[in-house]
Amino acid sequence: METIEAIRDRILATFPGAEVTVVLNGSPSAQHSLRIGKAHALAIARWLRNDEALSLDQCSNVTGVDWPEREVTENKVKRIEPGCLEVVYHLYSISKRLGPVVIRMRTGNRTDDVTLPSLTPVWRACEFQEREVFDLFGVHFGGHPDLRRILMWDEFKDHPMRRDYVAPDDFDWEPTPHDDVLARAKENREKRTAAPAKEGGA
Amino acid sequence: MLGSGVIQGLLVTARNALGSLRGDPGRHVTVEYPEKRAEIPAAFRSFPFLVTDGTGADDGLRCVACKMCESECPAQCLYVVMDRDEKGKPAKRPKVFDLDISVCMGCGICTEVCPFDSIKMDKVYEIAGRDRFHGFVLKKEQLAKTNSYYHQIRPEEAAEVDARLAEEKRLAEEKAKAAAAKAAAAAAAKAAGSQSAA
Amino acid sequence: MNTVADLFSENTGFREGDLLELSMGPHHPSTHGVFRMNVTLDGERVVRLKPVFGYLHRNHEKIAEGNSYLAAMPYTDRLDYLAGMTNNWAYAHAVEKLCGVEVPVRAEYLRVILAELTRIQNHACLCGFLVQDLGASGTPLMYAFREREKVLDLFEAISGSRMMGNFQRFGGCREDAKPEWLAAVAKLVAEFPSFLDEFEELLAGNEIILSRTQGIGVMKADQAVNAGVTGPVLRSTGVAHDLRKVDRYGVYSRFEFSVPVGAHGDTYDRYMVRLLECRESLKILAQALKDIPDGPVLDPKAKQKGLRPKAGEAYGRIEGPKGEIGFYLISDGGPNPYRFRIRPPSLINLTLLEDICLGQTLADAVAVLGSIDIVLGEVDR
Repeated sequence: METIEAIRDRILATFPGAEVTVVLNGSPSAQHSLRIGKAHALAIARWLRNDEALSLDQCSNVTGVDWPEREVTENKVKRIEPGCLEVVYHLYSISKRLGPVVIRMRTGNRTDDVTLPSLTPVWRACEFQEREVFDLFGVHFGGHPDLRRILMWDEFKDHPMRRDYVAPDDFDWEPTPHDDVLARAKENREKRTAAPAKEGGA
Repeated sequence: MLGSGVIQGLLVTARNALGSLRGDPGRHVTVEYPEKRAEIPAAFRSFPFLVTDGTGADDGLRCVACKMCESECPAQCLYVVMDRDEKGKPAKRPKVFDLDISVCMGCGICTEVCPFDSIKMDKVYEIAGRDRFHGFVLKKEQLAKTNSYYHQIRPEEAAEVDARLAEEKRLAEEKAKAAAAKAAAAAAAKAAGSQSAA
Repeated sequence: MNTVADLFSENTGFREGDLLELSMGPHHPSTHGVFRMNVTLDGERVVRLKPVFGYLHRNHEKIAEGNSYLAAMPYTDRLDYLAGMTNNWAYAHAVEKLCGVEVPVRAEYLRVILAELTRIQNHACLCGFLVQDLGASGTPLMYAFREREKVLDLFEAISGSRMMGNFQRFGGCREDAKPEWLAAVAKLVAEFPSFLDEFEELLAGNEIILSRTQGIGVMKADQAVNAGVTGPVLRSTGVAHDLRKVDRYGVYSRFEFSVPVGAHGDTYDRYMVRLLECRESLKILAQALKDIPDGPVLDPKAKQKGLRPKAGEAYGRIEGPKGEIGFYLISDGGPNPYRFRIRPPSLINLTLLEDICLGQTLADAVAVLGSIDIVLGEVDR
């Protein structure tokens, strides 16, 4: 398979002005990836699928990653690195037996700028997996045919796979809270509303 | 002929039915529990227990409350608190060792990570409770079982563990002896040196 | 006197010619666990089908991200509880990629033996479940379970547990196989074809099975590839895609076996591909038992507890009985995985469920679902 840099160069030749950066992977697996700007993502995905040399016809794995904002120290200067949500696609070619080509997209932040283009029109395989990323991480996929919660129930509010998600206590989910369970749940809820979870929650 | 496939299939069922009626071991494979019991394989595991070299939980427990099992337990069903002696210094024995077997999944990782061969997997499998809250948290008194029990349920493994522990003990004693001898020699040399200096 | 239809119409406002919306599941004997399908029916024909997931969701990924690398291993048994051994292997494979650990050759052989045993017991089960869904209550399923028990006995003898083996480790296997165990596997491998013959004799020519499965739930090859369908379901459409041949992970390149493919992509082909795969698995098992070398099964230097891989990521995948089971791990250098993702073959194989059920009768939709082979522990995670 051609190197990730060669793929990037060919993408840039086809889509001048597209944002494509190589993300190197430090582990021995050496599965490097391409970070793609959301403006051209759908066109690039279609190109990756239809390109004769690559023909990445299978989108194997779609997943989200949460990167909360964190403090980094560079040259003894502290700064806050803004948080974001990332979606990772592992692409393979069944006809050419190639892979994986890993592409990733990032949202602007973790609160209001969380829309990314859906790649379901290119690979049906993304349909359920993007729903899952929407459900568990809170990334909105523009152009997804059926973007609903998939694992959590529709009335559920939070996104459990985010790193700052605070799980409720077990007794909050007793099927029918009554007696002392109800009292404990109430007390617990009061405590939680009095002291809200740390910043950055959805 | 239409239906011949169905008839062929029915012949197979008839053969099986007759086979199990006759007690053909290839067809009659179940055991009438609890009157008869299937043999338990040597590797079988259910829940963990603590090995004691003495008689009970307060005597001869191998556990030193290092909490290695607690930190590696996938289900987080272990709770260990180290005991303190009269002076308030940490004593190498557990004050509390609780195991919630309603949460335990019997994976055996605690036995793998234990550096002191003190936690091992039991083979009891007929355990039941009347409700889902009581009787499932086992204290160290209930968990402590003697080394001879361990030998009884897992003879090969227990023998191997005993041999290894004896070897470790011997090496430690030798090392201590050597260290003592060295210290004595050094002291003697020092004494001799100070004598000659005087 | 009112007919039943009149009463029904009176109570529900349903008029003849209306579409009937039916919630099938989550507690329904034909949905293989707590799975629900919201079906819209025109008479007996399916015009819309929406799968509903999540009844068994316990957020396995979140649990694993709060635990050490080793502590995630027993949880993988509980994903697809019919295929614990291959799930273990897939996870170990991903961590080995992440850390660059080498696996001793004997361990690779042992993994192949366990994976192929898993495959035959999974496929035997599936064939039993499928004919159960077709209405053959009990008998063929019990025959299949009888054979499965023999495989589970072997798993218990080597790992201590019938289904929750927790057997693979990073860089090998937890225990070595004793010669007696290998002899027991050889005995099973010698006897298993007689079960397959019997099962085929029982069902392959059965006219009811043929008419209920042939031409039902047809999946096209390009459609299946685009939807990420893998495993026997993909191969039944004629695409010879098997990771054992494509990735050649482990020692699979040393064995001679073929990849059975179907031609029509219907329920019958999905069923037959699995029976044929069992025979191929037995071939692999015979070769692996013959060639298994001596040596260690676990490199003592390979770290298990307190593993802290270098920052980076890895996606490792193997061919499970249900399709491509993969694990995607991101390490930030800490003791817990920063991101732990399972690629669930059962969930992704369900992508096309609605497409292939449209226009079929409801009874056939049940059979189609059965032929896809899902385990809800893995679908919902």
